[in-house]
Amino acid sequence: MTDQNLSLMAHLMRRAGFGASRDELETRTATGYEATVDELLNPEGQEPVDIYEFLRYYPLWWKPGTMGGLGHAPWVWRMINTKAPLQEKLCLFYHQLFATGVAKVDHYDEIEDMIDSFRTQGLGHYKDILMAVAQSPAMIYWLDNHENHADSVNENWGRELLELFTMGVGNYTETDVRECSRAFTGWTLKHKLPRFHMGRWDWEYEFRPEDHDFGAKSFLGHDGDFDGEEIIDIILEKPATAAFIARHLYSFFVADEPQVPAWSVIPPNDPEAVQFIADALMASDYHIGTVLKKIFNSDFFKEARFTRVKTPTEVVIGTLRLVEDTERPLPETMSWASQIGFMGQELLNPPSVEGWHSGIEWINSGTLMKRTNFTAEMISDRSRPGVAKIIDRIKSSGTKPEDVVDACLDVMGPLTIPDESRAELLDHARDLGDFNWEDERPGQGGETKLTEILQLVVSLREYQFA
Amino acid sequence: MTSTLEIGTNGTGTKDDPVIVVLQLTGGNDYMNTVIPYNDPLYRDYRPIVNVPEDEVLVLDDEFGLHPTMGPIQDMYKDGNVAIIHGVGYENSPRSHFRSMDIWHTCEPDTLGTEGWLGRVVRELDPDKENVVTAVSMGPALFRALVAPNVPVATVENIDSYGLLTDITPEEKLNRVLGRYKRMYSPAIGTGAVMDYLGQTGLDALSGAEILNVAPASYSSTVEYSDSSIARKLKGIAQVHLAGLGSRVFYCDHGSFDTHADQVGLHTRLWSQVSQAIRDFFDDLEEHNAADNVVMFLFSEFGRRVYDNGSGTDHGAGGVCIAIGKGVEGGQYGQFPSTKASDLDQGDLIPDLDFRSVYTTLVEDWLGLDPVPIVGGTFEKPGFISK
Repeated sequence: MTDQNLSLMAHLMRRAGFGASRDELETRTATGYEATVDELLNPEGQEPVDIYEFLRYYPLWWKPGTMGGLGHAPWVWRMINTKAPLQEKLCLFYHQLFATGVAKVDHYDEIEDMIDSFRTQGLGHYKDILMAVAQSPAMIYWLDNHENHADSVNENWGRELLELFTMGVGNYTETDVRECSRAFTGWTLKHKLPRFHMGRWDWEYEFRPEDHDFGAKSFLGHDGDFDGEEIIDIILEKPATAAFIARHLYSFFVADEPQVPAWSVIPPNDPEAVQFIADALMASDYHIGTVLKKIFNSDFFKEARFTRVKTPTEVVIGTLRLVEDTERPLPETMSWASQIGFMGQELLNPPSVEGWHSGIEWINSGTLMKRTNFTAEMISDRSRPGVAKIIDRIKSSGTKPEDVVDACLDVMGPLTIPDESRAELLDHARDLGDFNWEDERPGQGGETKLTEILQLVVSLREYQFA
Repeated sequence: MTSTLEIGTNGTGTKDDPVIVVLQLTGGNDYMNTVIPYNDPLYRDYRPIVNVPEDEVLVLDDEFGLHPTMGPIQDMYKDGNVAIIHGVGYENSPRSHFRSMDIWHTCEPDTLGTEGWLGRVVRELDPDKENVVTAVSMGPALFRALVAPNVPVATVENIDSYGLLTDITPEEKLNRVLGRYKRMYSPAIGTGAVMDYLGQTGLDALSGAEILNVAPASYSSTVEYSDSSIARKLKGIAQVHLAGLGSRVFYCDHGSFDTHADQVGLHTRLWSQVSQAIRDFFDDLEEHNAADNVVMFLFSEFGRRVYDNGSGTDHGAGGVCIAIGKGVEGGQYGQFPSTKASDLDQGDLIPDLDFRSVYTTLVEDWLGLDPVPIVGGTFEKPGFISK
């Protein structure tokens, strides 16, 4: 029987990372759960990914500019190789929350800089992240704050700060949107040099006092001549903000929630857990690392296994880390980066500032095909060392169809599936005949039959969940 | 690919059954610069920067004209095949993209809807689920308008590579695996709504791919579509429509129309892409004598603020819908909302035609279904479909 501690470790690694091989799970289980949580929360203890290794193969990606559809490839490569997976997972969390896309920004570099700030500050205080985002050239351009002037207010950033990044619909008035936007006038980009003929120039944040509205403002019941930072301080004092961010953390790390626009109408699935997270946010001055530690060590987290539909990034990165020999920057790295988009999550290019609809909405007939096709192809490639290790483990469990099916489910998860699904796999295994590991004839040997079972396992409905 | 799997019978439609193509203008299309009240002096007061010069407006009548890029739509308007429906929206517009789009998709302005209005349409058109491609969504996302329990929708990003486990060879092995896949996904072993949805989606993908694979193979046309993502989506829709697979509801979107800044250039680019793609699409259908039973419907989640902000326009309320096709009674419907400052709501046009009215016409007069359960009530019905 599967070791319960190992199952729990597999759960932690799926949520706080991108899954882990059986070897890694065994090592981590021996180290212990809480020690692993602490290790994940301290990425500086790990050797960082050397991005220049990637850039040596793909020098143009140093400043990918408008590189059609593939500017996120270095990030994908980082996710494949990182030894601090929670750090990259948090980048994804914040990218979903502060969704910013190249379709408008037109500079991958600037969005990558924003992701970098998530990488370095993601485990810190949420206020610092909000300030970094408010002063991120990518965000300023994405939500038009460079067009937000003292004498002509542009509400785009001010509205989304309240609606999407902190409080959620229903906790502020149209007047608050206006007043909030006024406080961010003059938070803009330094004058852009012409894009051509000397190439692209990095953008820079600049505060222009002459374009800032220093006048009195009335915001969420407070009166004063607030600037943007003071507005953020007021927002963070409100319990609605803690509740909203708590629900985001719950939805990303614990269990799928309804889509964000529904949150003003539908209460959380587990109100106590969300309140627990909200309280932890308030008590820690929104220190995300502190809050995540409480989440990972909570019972509600440990019990929430396979309650989230994997994001496309989790599908692709999890598969690549499992099958191995994916670490070098190769042409394939580019096609893997594209795969994530085919499954509906083109990184650095979300469909809108709302980010992606997640949970079951990741699944439609087209994206389900892409998920299944990609995973089934990778898991049947016996030339990959990770696949070879999986096959070796399964071979050591026996030759009977029952042994093989149960070993597949164990090594690929461990997965718990309904009896009816297991019966289908078993019928299929029996129809294929004995698993004779000595028989190496192409197309009909034991290993070939085994990869057919593995392909069916990754095609299971249950395999879509993390 | 040939296989022993059962596929749908395609038995639900005939060649002349009405077909609807929805083109969603995502992001909040600026009504005032789409159908321009060019003789209203207030227009230029409100829009010192973000306006269309009077000599560039494509004139429809004394009051209104189209954006200069909408020549193909103006041509169809002159032929009597375009209906412009003014001032569409709903009360208490939240000015949030996401909530607004949800409301348009579900017809539930007050509570949270779970079913899409077109999902309900598909369920009425094909109650026994005889055809899994009755509804086809072209693009990577499945829009909530199409979602309803137990209603299949083929979500097709690229029709040429639409298929399940296509890497497995030889064919004998592929068929064996797909046969098992079908059994593993059978709804009988579902446990709850999410698993049932996954199971149904897998089965629909399997049978939908077999049906749709014939469409690109049987397609040929002299029409060369313009180069844009919306043109590619409409070409895919044309291929499926022309293959005669019984598809009745098509969906696609284009954007982003969220023009807070640099609107003049952005709106021009977007509308030239949309207008050219629509022209190519109808030219293609005409060439194949397959345009008569198609109505295209354009909407956006809201219009934009009346005053410009110096570079673009912020989120507003009332907007415009456009219906195109031979089945359309061309002309203008409803009223352009009053632009007097005292008549604006927080700087926005007040819509005076509920969006469910527009749906009512489409559902009842075009698709021939009872609109009340689909749009969730009885609404006035602008007569933009030919009798």
